[in-house]
Amino acid sequence: MTSFADTAALPKNYLNERWSVRSWLLTTDHKRIALLYFASITMFFFIGGFAATLIRLHLVVPSGGLLQPDTYNRMFTMHGVVMVWFFLIPSIPATLGNFLVPLMIGARDLAFPRINLASWYVFNVSGAMVLLALFMGGIDSGWTFYTPLSTTYTNGYVTLALLAVFINGFSTLMTALNFVVTVHKMRAPGMSWFRLPLFIWALYATSIVMLLATPVLAMTVLLVALERMAGVGIFDPALGGDPLLFQHMFWFYSHPAVYIMILPAMGVISEVIPCFARKPVFGYAGMTYALMAIAVIGFLVWGHHMFTAGISVFSAVVFSLMSFLVAVPSAIKVFNWTATLHKGRISFQAPMLYALGFIGLFTVGGLTGLIVATAALDIHLQDTYFVIAHFHYVMVGGAVSAFFAGLHYWWPKITGRLYHEIWAQIAAGLMFLGFNLTFFPQFILGYLGMPRRYYTYAPEWQVWNVLSSAGASILAVAYLMPLFYLSWSLFRAERAAPNPWRATGLEWQTTSPPAEDNFSRTPTVTEGPYEYNSSTGGCVAQNGALYE
Amino acid sequence: MWIPLWPASSAISGNVINALFTAELVVCVLILALVFGLIWVFCIRYRHSTTVDRGHPSQRSWVFEIGWTSATLVAFLVLFVWGANAYVWLYEPPRADLELYVVGKQWMWEIEHPGGQREINALHVPNGKIVRLVMASQDVIHSFFIPAFRMKHDVVPGQLETMWFQPTQTGTYRLECTEFCGTEHAHMTGEVIVMTPAAYAEWLSNQGADKTLAAQGEQLFRNYGCSGCHGVNSTVHAPSLVGLYGSLVHLNDGTTVRADERYIRDSILLPRSQVVAGFAPVMPSFSGQISEADTLKILAYIQSLNPSGNAP
Repeated sequence: MTSFADTAALPKNYLNERWSVRSWLLTTDHKRIALLYFASITMFFFIGGFAATLIRLHLVVPSGGLLQPDTYNRMFTMHGVVMVWFFLIPSIPATLGNFLVPLMIGARDLAFPRINLASWYVFNVSGAMVLLALFMGGIDSGWTFYTPLSTTYTNGYVTLALLAVFINGFSTLMTALNFVVTVHKMRAPGMSWFRLPLFIWALYATSIVMLLATPVLAMTVLLVALERMAGVGIFDPALGGDPLLFQHMFWFYSHPAVYIMILPAMGVISEVIPCFARKPVFGYAGMTYALMAIAVIGFLVWGHHMFTAGISVFSAVVFSLMSFLVAVPSAIKVFNWTATLHKGRISFQAPMLYALGFIGLFTVGGLTGLIVATAALDIHLQDTYFVIAHFHYVMVGGAVSAFFAGLHYWWPKITGRLYHEIWAQIAAGLMFLGFNLTFFPQFILGYLGMPRRYYTYAPEWQVWNVLSSAGASILAVAYLMPLFYLSWSLFRAERAAPNPWRATGLEWQTTSPPAEDNFSRTPTVTEGPYEYNSSTGGCVAQNGALYE
Repeated sequence: MWIPLWPASSAISGNVINALFTAELVVCVLILALVFGLIWVFCIRYRHSTTVDRGHPSQRSWVFEIGWTSATLVAFLVLFVWGANAYVWLYEPPRADLELYVVGKQWMWEIEHPGGQREINALHVPNGKIVRLVMASQDVIHSFFIPAFRMKHDVVPGQLETMWFQPTQTGTYRLECTEFCGTEHAHMTGEVIVMTPAAYAEWLSNQGADKTLAAQGEQLFRNYGCSGCHGVNSTVHAPSLVGLYGSLVHLNDGTTVRADERYIRDSILLPRSQVVAGFAPVMPSFSGQISEADTLKILAYIQSLNPSGNAP
């Protein structure tokens, strides 16, 4: 490794302070734990992506040429389980969040560094269990584990997967607990609540949702395991249980889980847009209220997954109303980001391209969310490809785009190296194009009535499926590109200055990469988080350099 | 090659959904055009290399914020009310012209006509009539979906579900299961054949059914021993079932229920959960001893004991 020598010549930082394997595996440094998490979720992203690739390849022909029915069912189940619990939920909080929460509020670490490390180990134990289930033969219930299919009619490794999800929940809880306590107790002097960067607000709201929702998932999963193993009748009608009880409990967690995925994404976008527009975010206070409103109302909409399941007409109407209400704060955020661009001084480096892509795709996802929140329309659209397209626009178009926006934005801070701008811009463009080509045809397929989870379909739907699969191949290339140019940048690229974007925020006031203890003196905060000036293009320096 | 973008609607429900969907699509496109238009204009006008006036950004951001918050709220509430109204209308069945019985099982749809005609993965219905389906599942959750009618309803084991539709055009349409139900979920499909009423009547008479569904149910009613207590000549103190269907039943806990399909099914399988006022809870449960198809036949018989009753 040629870079070894010149890295060693750098001032001491969290990467070169210690070199042993032990110093990584037993680290309590939030920055190193963020990188450990980053390695884990990258692996799961490509495992889940591999399953998706097989699904899209299989669906090129209507008869489904590639996989056996049971294998196909196991692939979409694995895609869902891996992407939801092992990529999307930890994606931004456990990597960027772990790295940035202490840096952004001027702290030396999270409140409970050892719990933070434990969270990574627990995550990997659950990840190993789900991989074991995959290699022993897979899971065949769908990621939603609907009873009584999952309890009595499947022969895959459902119980093992359920226990993996149960254990995974503890890693989520540990991270969330850490964030809440850290934000409450460890803010630097002068960092009042309304001077917090919106990324911190977003993670704070996310952590509250995690703490309140995850235990319900744990209970649900344990009850299913209990029914499967001990025959106790809870959800199975043959034993006197109620299958809809499972759906209520499952969605009471899994709908807020959507906000666990999207709120941190909104936080990232709220950092990137002001920096590249050189303007304070429009309506900061409104943005914080919108985040908290989404977190709270998000708990009251779970029934919209059950409009056709035979719930009472009255409750369906109430859930529809709440679903429309939760869309209002999301709309506010989109309008505020757009208004931030007004009279800005906008440049289009990769993080900004990803962020603009996020706004486009998230807006389409949100607006089609209104369509499926309309109780009557959901009668037609429920469990068709329309729903698939809708939630991929939010979770992939939204959350994954934001993940890449944040990854590129903070890459110089995390690694001390600059990534290759042109390659990153090409990848961002390809990702946007490939995504739309993959998922837009699925809206049409859904309205035409193609149900989800079908390994074979009617010949007249082939043209849309071929378009979708073609888009998926572009998307696959776009997702592989950062793996290469970012890895390359670790060894060959130019070194990053402490603040290459001339951004505000305490994380930019220390060295790149930061020292093990982040700051040599505790910063004092005297102003809001986004003191950019679009007339000059500069920003008000907060405290000068905080690490000499 | 003709690319199907907008599927034909062949039922009243389809027209309702199409109108609502078109309206929401227009609203979505307008909002998208506004947001994307502004982003494009701002990104071009305020790109970093231009020298336009960037001074005096608005200080009164809350005026805009209150403005667009209330505007979206009002627009969303209008869509909500329209959608909720349509939902209630679509899921509250009117008085039916024809009642059919559906059993979903891995991986087929079994359909019984009142005259005793039985078909698998096919559903023949007369055009223009209000058809009501009473649906049960033998195993896992299925969902009965007719895209051309824009109508679906889950079929959850352990309870009876109902849905209705009124076809407006003869033809053959796709029938699908939309709730993942195991290995061959993708093959739990079939056809809905909408015929003229005359052709439907002819089709029924060619099916060679010798006994109506109610008559088959009456036979089962005796075989399972129900008639021993609920029969006309029984000496056991049990509620009479004549005229029961669709009527109001007073329970011994003081409440009142309408004797619809769900109530009757529950009373067969879980007889002690809703006991009629003035009777002792002595009936044994038939849970696990009687198939969903047989339950539906007995239900058809009990329904036939009150020809004027049509539970909503």
